[in-house]
Amino acid sequence: MLKIENLHVAADGKEILSGIDLEIPLGEVHAIMGPNGSGKSTLANVIAGREDYTVVEGSVRWRGDDLLAMTAEERAWAGVFLAFQYPIEIPGVNNVYLLKAGLNAKRRAQGLTELDAMDFMALVREQASRIGLEEDFLARGVNEGFSGGEKKRNEIFQMTVLEPSLAILDETDSGLDIDALRVVAEGVNRLRDPERSIVMVTHYQRLLDHIVPDVVHVLIDGRIRMSGDKTLAHELEERGYDWVKAEVGGA
Amino acid sequence: MSEAVKLKPTPRSFAATQYAAGFVTEIEQETLPPGLNEDVIRRISAMKGEPEWLLDWRLEAYRHWRTKREPRWSMVRYPPIDYQAISYYSTPRRKGDGPKSLDEVDPKLLETYEKLGIPLREQEMLAGVAVDAVFDSVSVATTFKEKLKEAGVIFCSISEAVRDHPDLVRQYLGSVVPITDNFYAALNSAVFTDGSFVYVPKGVRCPMELSTYFRINASNTGQFERTLIIADDDAYVSYLEGCTAPSRDENQLHAAVVELIALNHARIKYSTVQNWYPGDENGVGGIYNFVTKRGDCRGVGAKISWTQVETGSAITWKYPSCILRGDDSVGEFYSVALTKNYQQADTGTKMVHLGRNTHSTIVSKGISAGHGCQSYRGLVRMAKSAENARNHSQCDSLLIGDRCSAHTFPYVEIKNPTATMEHEASTSKIGEDQLFYCRQRGIPEEDAVNLIVNGFCKDVFNELPMEFAVEANRLLAVSLEGAVG
Repeated sequence: MLKIENLHVAADGKEILSGIDLEIPLGEVHAIMGPNGSGKSTLANVIAGREDYTVVEGSVRWRGDDLLAMTAEERAWAGVFLAFQYPIEIPGVNNVYLLKAGLNAKRRAQGLTELDAMDFMALVREQASRIGLEEDFLARGVNEGFSGGEKKRNEIFQMTVLEPSLAILDETDSGLDIDALRVVAEGVNRLRDPERSIVMVTHYQRLLDHIVPDVVHVLIDGRIRMSGDKTLAHELEERGYDWVKAEVGGA
Repeated sequence: MSEAVKLKPTPRSFAATQYAAGFVTEIEQETLPPGLNEDVIRRISAMKGEPEWLLDWRLEAYRHWRTKREPRWSMVRYPPIDYQAISYYSTPRRKGDGPKSLDEVDPKLLETYEKLGIPLREQEMLAGVAVDAVFDSVSVATTFKEKLKEAGVIFCSISEAVRDHPDLVRQYLGSVVPITDNFYAALNSAVFTDGSFVYVPKGVRCPMELSTYFRINASNTGQFERTLIIADDDAYVSYLEGCTAPSRDENQLHAAVVELIALNHARIKYSTVQNWYPGDENGVGGIYNFVTKRGDCRGVGAKISWTQVETGSAITWKYPSCILRGDDSVGEFYSVALTKNYQQADTGTKMVHLGRNTHSTIVSKGISAGHGCQSYRGLVRMAKSAENARNHSQCDSLLIGDRCSAHTFPYVEIKNPTATMEHEASTSKIGEDQLFYCRQRGIPEEDAVNLIVNGFCKDVFNELPMEFAVEANRLLAVSLEGAVG
């Protein structure tokens, strides 16, 4: 399971996360909701190993591994995947080539043999068609000239190929129209598995209609203020985040 | 899908370790004492058994050189060079007239090539690459000569060409880069000791890619090779040039001249992978690479393409250029240049449009890391006569770290109102965001840097013959080791 204890994180001298405690058992899907600037994306990035942040205090463990002691790539090899809120363009680097390099690095780290080009392409074609991506999309530069929706679909496509055990989706629903949202949600739902944990960071409840979470957490001002089942998301949608603040008292 | 293509291992690789070519071959050398004067030039010419006209040409170049000053307009800085401290002739000592075949070549030399990853013996059997290997100043082995001969292609050292094809040499030598062109070209004309010569006759498509490996071995010698390539009407030739030199603490001078002549509808493709010793991480040692390369599209519809991957040398000063004289002729320049540690490069091209409907394309990719300093300097000139000339220039710079620099100096002179010229330029840093994205997908940091840099260079690598593209990839990877973090 993912176990976060008393996590304090700062950036540019300012505290963003102020003591997060969170447990996500294997096989569960948790949603982390909260207003803009509450620290949701910071939490997702800190788990994945982005170096722009300073961890002041606390621990993050995944299946017993101390993630904070590992580099970003080591975390990826341990099964951590972050679907980015703003996937970056890498001009000239083939989309599929990047994916193959990542997958084979992970397989090496796990002591597995690397996939050869044939097996890899078979895997990629199958997953791409399931997520509704055209072949020419695979050969393009990483996110180069992709629309917002294509970038998000590409993230989910990469996730299905890399088969992470801990998937973190950062605002995956933003910029998606209804049809694309459904395709993406189907992709995520296919990945639901007793051996996999999924964390969805989101602003709105909309995505949660399609990917129904086991637990919903509310993050406000760098702390988890409230947790509950999927009905909490509906309640938030109706009553807003101010209601949570009023319930638990000001910071 | 490029991914599915299995590339065969290339027979030579510069890129096995940090600077794998940095060994010195212990071999007896015949070397003139340092210094340059008319006597030295007479001795060089006499040792090579040259005709009178060539000696006169050299002497004229020398006299002109003495009136010239080193150019100082480029963005490179180095202490003054003492041209009297350099030895201008160095040759491996050998019996008789020189090797007739590989069996006669000093085994130690062959070993050197093996270490460099150029197994000549294998080359003879491998995929049709003929190698004219230049060890210091004298060409020691030429393979595939017979097969080329069948096609009527002349591929030999320039010394042999002077002896066996004097009319061709006399007609074309210095016709693109005259002895008065610049300081280094004048010096080269005075003292050049060897180099390659190619003549492809009318209507002949050269049956294989021609390749020359130059190597500077002896200490304290400059290398001044001279290359002359002529493609007659409707001919085609692709020429590959690779360069390495051993690691030494002192700087060495390399001042080459390359002249290309393309006649009516002829095409010449000239590719360079330059990995001369760049100096160490403190900027000590390394080659000063002051090179004049120019192609003349002398005929109608001629085409000359320069592709270069420049990762070596302490200082690079080099502007492979095209004179688009014939109507409808085409010039291309594709370049990747990498500067790291304390390397400096001032490189680019000149496209001189004289004929009507002439087109040129410039794609320059500069990568700067460490304390590297890099400048793109390019001239696009469209003369009054260049009706409907067109140029497209694209100059991109990639910075790694925050102590390096990139500069762009585009010069444009347009004298004909029908001309079209486009210039795009960009400068970017390898972003933390790009690196994190790759690493999050499981790609280790150094591999991620290579991936991003190779993506940046893709437009140029696509222009290289496949073997060279693979080598260029690996060379960049080795050169970038430790460039980040």
